[in-house]
Amino acid sequence: MSACICPSDATLTRRLIELTQAGLPLVADPWAWLAEQLGISSAQALALLQRLQADGAIRRIAAVPNHYRLGYRHNGMTVWDVDDERMAELGPLIGAQPFVSHCYRRPRRDGWRYNLFAMVHGRSAEEIDADRQRIRQLLGNACRADDMLVSSRILKKTGLRLQKAENPLSRHTTEPAPLDSPPARRMTGVVGKAGAEAGAASPQEKAPCSE
Amino acid sequence: MDELDRHLINRLQHGLPLVPRPWEALAEELDSQPELLRQRLQALLDDGSLTRFGPMFDIERLDGAFTLAALSVPEPRFEQVAAQLQALTEVAHNYRREHAWNMWFVLACETPGGIASTIRHIESMTGLPVLNLPKEETYHVGLHLPV
Repeated sequence: MSACICPSDATLTRRLIELTQAGLPLVADPWAWLAEQLGISSAQALALLQRLQADGAIRRIAAVPNHYRLGYRHNGMTVWDVDDERMAELGPLIGAQPFVSHCYRRPRRDGWRYNLFAMVHGRSAEEIDADRQRIRQLLGNACRADDMLVSSRILKKTGLRLQKAENPLSRHTTEPAPLDSPPARRMTGVVGKAGAEAGAASPQEKAPCSE
Repeated sequence: MDELDRHLINRLQHGLPLVPRPWEALAEELDSQPELLRQRLQALLDDGSLTRFGPMFDIERLDGAFTLAALSVPEPRFEQVAAQLQALTEVAHNYRREHAWNMWFVLACETPGGIASTIRHIESMTGLPVLNLPKEETYHVGLHLPV
């Protein structure tokens, strides 16, 4: 807990997470609803949210899209084996590309050589292939190998859940799997294309960086 | 999905404004009615276009921890292992990916120790080694999918 959040906030925050982790009810005055649940005033509830947001504990109160249902049927986790010496320079560069939604440095492991991860989303396979190619160009000879792991199915998408949630609220999002209607669950085009890759590639195998 | 739905989805990916009458503020922005926006949002949640509407917590700012992890699940056991992970509250997301590491999931735990114990639990439950790849540096987070 950061210094900005006082101890009483910590208790309220935990309660807030339990109350809203499955979703915020779509009522006319959500802050009044929260206030009532938390036993504080509406102004205090809003102030709590504002403090948590300023502190980064709440990113925003937002709608989480189902990529597939919104037409973004192709998502690729591009992974790169980048020279450690150049990560400080190249990580932020890749993260700053408008088509990259998430970008992290992660550890290498036995059987896993890639240390840079960049997620790309697109409406077609060509779109994400082009994104991958662009990253490849930017990394140049600092990259020794890369791969792209396309997702073919959402198995679960609930987001954060606390262990002892007392009273999850939403009718629609408490169940973990309202994820995709059957037609969207399997993206046969992608499975077909990437299935061939999966058959050929072990996690240890290297793909050359430059073509 | 019509123009209003699209505007609403695009706008709400950025978040509900933290002001005293948020739905009124949003309605004014989108030139609509607060009640209508809530109805549209409910419909988008009901039909699965949106998976959730609510605060997005950064558990790491609240002393918790995230990690990205993967399993290489033999094809005949894939559904069974997916169901085992489905049942764990610590598993926030789980995706099939077309690779020898074919199951990729995010663990969200209330304490950093929870990650290690959850991984041990998954390994003993499935008999499969977990590839644990906690982030070491964040270069960008900001998914926005315009519709």
